[in-house]
Amino acid sequence: MSRADTTAELRDEGPVRGVGAVGEAAPVRAVRPLWSLGLLRNELLTTLRRWRTLALLAVLAAVPVLIGVAVRIETGGAAAHGGGDGGGQGPAFLAQITNNGLFLVFTALAATLPVFLPLAVGVVAGDAIAGEASAGTLRYLLVAPAGRTRLLLTKYATVLAFCLVATLVVAVSALAMGVLLFPLGDLTTISGTRIGFAEGLGRALLIALVVAASLTGLAALGLFVSTLTHSGVAAMATTVGLLITAQILEQVPQLHAIQPYLFPHYWLSFADLMREPVYWDGLVKNLELQALYAAVFGSAAWARFTTKDITA
Amino acid sequence: MAPYESDGSRDVEETDVPHSRRRKAARYAVPAAVVGVAAATIGLVPALADSGDPDLPKITAQQLVQKIAESDVEQLSGTVRINTDLGLPDLGGLESGLTSGAAGDGSGSSADPSAKLTELASGTHTLRVAADGPDRQKVSVIESAAEYSLIHNGEDVWGYDSKSDAVYHETADTAETAGTAAQDGARHGRQGLGQAPATPKDFAEQALKAVDDTTSVTVDGTAQVAGRDAYKLVVKPQHASGTTVGVISVAVDAKTGLPLKFTLTPASGGAAVLDVGFTRISFAEPAAGTFDFTPPKGAKITEGKDAGGAKGADGKAREHSGDVPQGFGPGAGLLGGGGADGAKVLGKGWNSIATYDTGQKGGIPSSSAGGDLGGFLGSFGDKVSGTFGKGTVFSTRLINALITDDGKVYVGAVTKDALVKAADAAH
Repeated sequence: MSRADTTAELRDEGPVRGVGAVGEAAPVRAVRPLWSLGLLRNELLTTLRRWRTLALLAVLAAVPVLIGVAVRIETGGAAAHGGGDGGGQGPAFLAQITNNGLFLVFTALAATLPVFLPLAVGVVAGDAIAGEASAGTLRYLLVAPAGRTRLLLTKYATVLAFCLVATLVVAVSALAMGVLLFPLGDLTTISGTRIGFAEGLGRALLIALVVAASLTGLAALGLFVSTLTHSGVAAMATTVGLLITAQILEQVPQLHAIQPYLFPHYWLSFADLMREPVYWDGLVKNLELQALYAAVFGSAAWARFTTKDITA
Repeated sequence: MAPYESDGSRDVEETDVPHSRRRKAARYAVPAAVVGVAAATIGLVPALADSGDPDLPKITAQQLVQKIAESDVEQLSGTVRINTDLGLPDLGGLESGLTSGAAGDGSGSSADPSAKLTELASGTHTLRVAADGPDRQKVSVIESAAEYSLIHNGEDVWGYDSKSDAVYHETADTAETAGTAAQDGARHGRQGLGQAPATPKDFAEQALKAVDDTTSVTVDGTAQVAGRDAYKLVVKPQHASGTTVGVISVAVDAKTGLPLKFTLTPASGGAAVLDVGFTRISFAEPAAGTFDFTPPKGAKITEGKDAGGAKGADGKAREHSGDVPQGFGPGAGLLGGGGADGAKVLGKGWNSIATYDTGQKGGIPSSSAGGDLGGFLGSFGDKVSGTFGKGTVFSTRLINALITDDGKVYVGAVTKDALVKAADAAH
């Protein structure tokens, strides 16, 4: 390889990419399969150990505590009231909490899904690449012979793992509060049929997974935004701004034509898992839409990240 | 850069930069392609799924009507989409506020079927229905993260509103004796449930009742509804210039004779006023626990008898919401509306008009009930006058109602002029 070639390589790939590209082009070193797992583990630990992440998770864990205590105080411990006059105000399932603590899980997820959860995911996703760039650590990450594609995949996997962790934090905190403050037992689905507590727990877990999956589209969007800028703050703000914009557009009835294509549109469909029989239409649409967002913005992030100059 | 390399370097630069741009463009083509494929899928799949009209043996309209009459489907479960476009101003929350406010005077239970079923009279709703014989039926209105279920199981009729965790209960006996009180609510709940209310079958039967010599009934090819082959029955009023009903189209399942889809287009054209159809249907036995209902612990239960006390309020609520259920079909005051006290039917066939006396002088009934509300409603109506005196006409794309100043009400799926003429004649 002549020096001229190397120079050209460096120029269009960016200084750091050159190193990685040489490593890939001449596979002298066999890539150990566990290597990317190690990278993922590192990423996960770095992300989850950040004070910022821990604070986000603490806020998420506090929401069910707040709801649980408020409902408990409001009903004064006497379940006689039953919340019948609530008239359906507040987040979904709120009226049922006093009768069954398990409903606190659903209420907490319904309350955090529109804002808190995506906010946390937006922060982590927006920070993924841009944060490294602004801290000046991105080039060192790329010195390792992992390749940009794999680094990007690792970052996305980390964000997805955070989606799951955040959702489970809400669910587990809500379950703990529900057990502490309210009676448990068989629960009535929103279709009026009864299911056992064990099946209820199973559905709660399933709902948590669906909620986590609902965030994958936003995660990909955040990752794409993150590859566009060198400023972590800018990426986070943009991602959260896009989230809020989408939520506002959801509220404008005149825009009903485009609403089915906005990523938050089917978010509340997780409640369909509490129908008997389960009503799959909305759930399937939600997952399809999230997969579409993940594919579009994931590939856009890849196109951007593998071709851009890394200068910081 | 060293001078002896400059030539080569320039060479590389000239050929390589466009190359890199091309590669960059190629990478960005991936997300673009994903978007393209997705758009194509969204656009094409419904078109491809529409596999054309099925080939079915020819059948006469007579035979098809016979088939509907003989249909003996006892067990089914499915999803129904109901779309109503009466051309009313979009009141949104205001409308339901009025309805629940009026109903709230009496029972105040959000699980009361009458309040819930009025909601179906506007907009798009998804319902799930299940039936197993004449004694066990269930209808659920799917709402965002909530559901309203009406369950009929033997002696009991339960209404459960999951949003407020409220339960409405009555026994079959109560429902019958409650007769007039429950003109729209309880009785509709029970009797209607017997045929799974708001299903296409319900509407089709009403439409066929109106068939007489002023009606043309034809079979218009075939269609696929909810994945099943169906005949299309077209009912058209003829020589009935007064009616607002344009065309009624019913898709009838070829195998079972069950109406799967019902579409009513007004004479004035445009989108269908009422479009009810199964989007999914299964004739298998519904799951065992479907019709069992035990009120959840702590839920507020309203007994049907109590709700009967809300009669006046309910009646009002229905008037305010435009008497929509009353006139879905011609004449006979369909869907329980005929139960209105002292209602008479003027004329016959498609031009028939239901009339009753509210006994309230002063026109719009609500003007005595609540000044604000009255004025508000009055602003929607058109003032008319004739030999009968003065009155206000409330119009929708299908139903028109004339409320005269001396308290008489004329309602029908007829034009304004026909209403005024009927009022004149009655005078």
